Amino acid sequence: MIQRLLSSLSIIIITLLLAACASTPQTTNQVADYPRPIFTANRLLPPDHPDQLAVYDPWEGMNKRIYNFNYHFDRYVFLPVVRGYQWIMPNFAQTGIHNFFKNFNDMITMFNSALQLAPQKLAKSTGRVVVNSTIGILGFIDVATMLGIPRPVEDFGQTLGHWGVGQGPYLVLPFLGPSNVRDSIGLVPDFYVRSVIQDELLKSDEAQITTTVLWPIDTRANTSFRYYETGSAFEYRTVRWLWSTKRDLDVQQ
Amino acid sequence: MNSKKTLSQAVTTGLWALLFSSFVQASAVNVENYGYPITDRFVATVVGTPPEYTADLPEIPFRERRITIFPERQTPDVFFYDAQLLYSVALQRNRAPLIFLIAGTGASHNGTKNKNMAKAFYQAGFHVVSISSPTVNNFVTAASTTGVVGHAQKDAEDIYRVFAKIWDELGKEIDVTSFHVTGYSLGGFNAAYVAKLDDERQTFNFERVLLINPPVSIYNSISLLDRMINNIPGGMDNFDRFVSNLLRAYTKVYNEAADPVGEDFLYKAFQALNLQDEQLAALIGTSFRLSSASLVFTADVVADFGYVKPRGLELNRYSNLAIYDQVASRLGFTDYYHEFFFPFYKAEYPDITRDKYIAAISLQEIADYLSTAEKISVMHNADDIILEPGEINFFPEVFGDRATIYPIGGHCGNMNYKDNVAHMVATFTQGERP
Repeated sequence: MIQRLLSSLSIIIITLLLAACASTPQTTNQVADYPRPIFTANRLLPPDHPDQLAVYDPWEGMNKRIYNFNYHFDRYVFLPVVRGYQWIMPNFAQTGIHNFFKNFNDMITMFNSALQLAPQKLAKSTGRVVVNSTIGILGFIDVATMLGIPRPVEDFGQTLGHWGVGQGPYLVLPFLGPSNVRDSIGLVPDFYVRSVIQDELLKSDEAQITTTVLWPIDTRANTSFRYYETGSAFEYRTVRWLWSTKRDLDVQQ
Repeated sequence: MNSKKTLSQAVTTGLWALLFSSFVQASAVNVENYGYPITDRFVATVVGTPPEYTADLPEIPFRERRITIFPERQTPDVFFYDAQLLYSVALQRNRAPLIFLIAGTGASHNGTKNKNMAKAFYQAGFHVVSISSPTVNNFVTAASTTGVVGHAQKDAEDIYRVFAKIWDELGKEIDVTSFHVTGYSLGGFNAAYVAKLDDERQTFNFERVLLINPPVSIYNSISLLDRMINNIPGGMDNFDRFVSNLLRAYTKVYNEAADPVGEDFLYKAFQALNLQDEQLAALIGTSFRLSSASLVFTADVVADFGYVKPRGLELNRYSNLAIYDQVASRLGFTDYYHEFFFPFYKAEYPDITRDKYIAAISLQEIADYLSTAEKISVMHNADDIILEPGEINFFPEVFGDRATIYPIGGHCGNMNYKDNVAHMVATFTQGERP
């Protein structure tokens, strides 16, 4: 467990170091050397018009490189693996496995709801975990949803946000995608809690390994986002704005 | 005496027949006792069909594929990911008819509407091939000859080339009995021109063609849609506040729902938000504007016209595009037609006037063909928001009883309603309405 924790930590640290070291590549071409287009900012935008989709992104050059890397990793490795999984695994098993991981996430929500001193969310997530872990057979059946228990989702990034920590610079994480410095740091305690629970719950090495392998596959299988398929020519900045807005709203909820 | 009587009888019968046929020509099939539940055309357009009214459709093997359309083409680095065209297929194991689906403005091959149609046709025993609208940036970059899309004939030629290339590959895997084509919104418009092209080139010899909620005049429809964005309270300067308020409200409903991935979520979210018609119009206008901003920038990069990007400037995958997004978001589709599309094609055909060009991008332009093309039928709604008042009459006038006009449904809102799905499928399986 410690090893896995360290490896996840090292990814984050390396990312941050890269971010700090990487000088932002020159992304603005010398527009002045070219003839003016028909419609320019001067012609259309009011003076001092703020960029309405602006997000603090000082490491844009590096982020775009990671974004590109993720696209290629998705296309040639991750999605083929996910498709293989979906082909082999019967539908009911996929649902069960997904519920199993959702139950893990509900435990993370419990932990963070407690840290946020949010009794309602704590009650809901605890209720879900208790029902699903018992009647729902280790979480494989989502009985709680059938009973209509709402499912709050809280992670450590939101907990930090709840206590006033801002998002910090936008960050695209290798493999994981859009994030920010606050949420990236938040991955560490969440991952730690998760590892502790996993160690308690699953005694055999086989179960541990299976869980560790299936987790990312199940997550990707249930995330419909595809890099460069939003249909927007401005995808990088649109996703960046949507993501950071969503995270602000997540914290406010 | 006897023969005289017969003659006058014949004449009378003939007159009646003429009168009757002209009467039928002018009246489409009007639908009575229609059970689609949403009477507000804006609500119908945004919400679609509430879950209890949708057709019961199965999960199908709907798979994404990619294909190279122009092997020689150098893809601009800023759109490196769009070198190949993406499309989807759902293939039968046995010999079966094949149907091509063309998505509407800004919609992809795997968008909700195409996917639902794919399910219905696959269930009915068709091989399904689904392509994106020629207005989607992937299509513009990978499959448009000029990059300057919105041209009725040229878009049809691009689509036809895509169909042919896809068939070159698919023909090796599957057995096909006959070919068919359908599309909704702009995709329906495209389908009409594709059908006409097919009559000339005869690659597929489409047996049946269905146009679902097509515009009559592209220019009229885009003008209507462009104007809808004026419904944003405070105008474009409040664009971000409007969008973020909507998103906020949506997220709130999302977080409170027990099962936010359930298929009735959108409908519930909509009910909770309680949007008014002006806000819905603003929402539709916003969504259209996002599509058009993306499209005109893509067209500008591919054609290097100098519309919002300086001509000659080569952007790469790391370039910051913020300024182009901001500028393009201020421009409507009508600006694109006047300042980009028209000057671009004017260079190719110097004689053409602006008015002629606008008139040419319409179904009116091929009305003679449409009035005699028995294989083409239309499914439309009397309250469609993309038509000018009175424009709906074009369909009964030209298509006669091959046009079915539903009294309500807005723009494509009823496409997933069970009667409409049955109608769509029956058009291709029986050639007539159920």
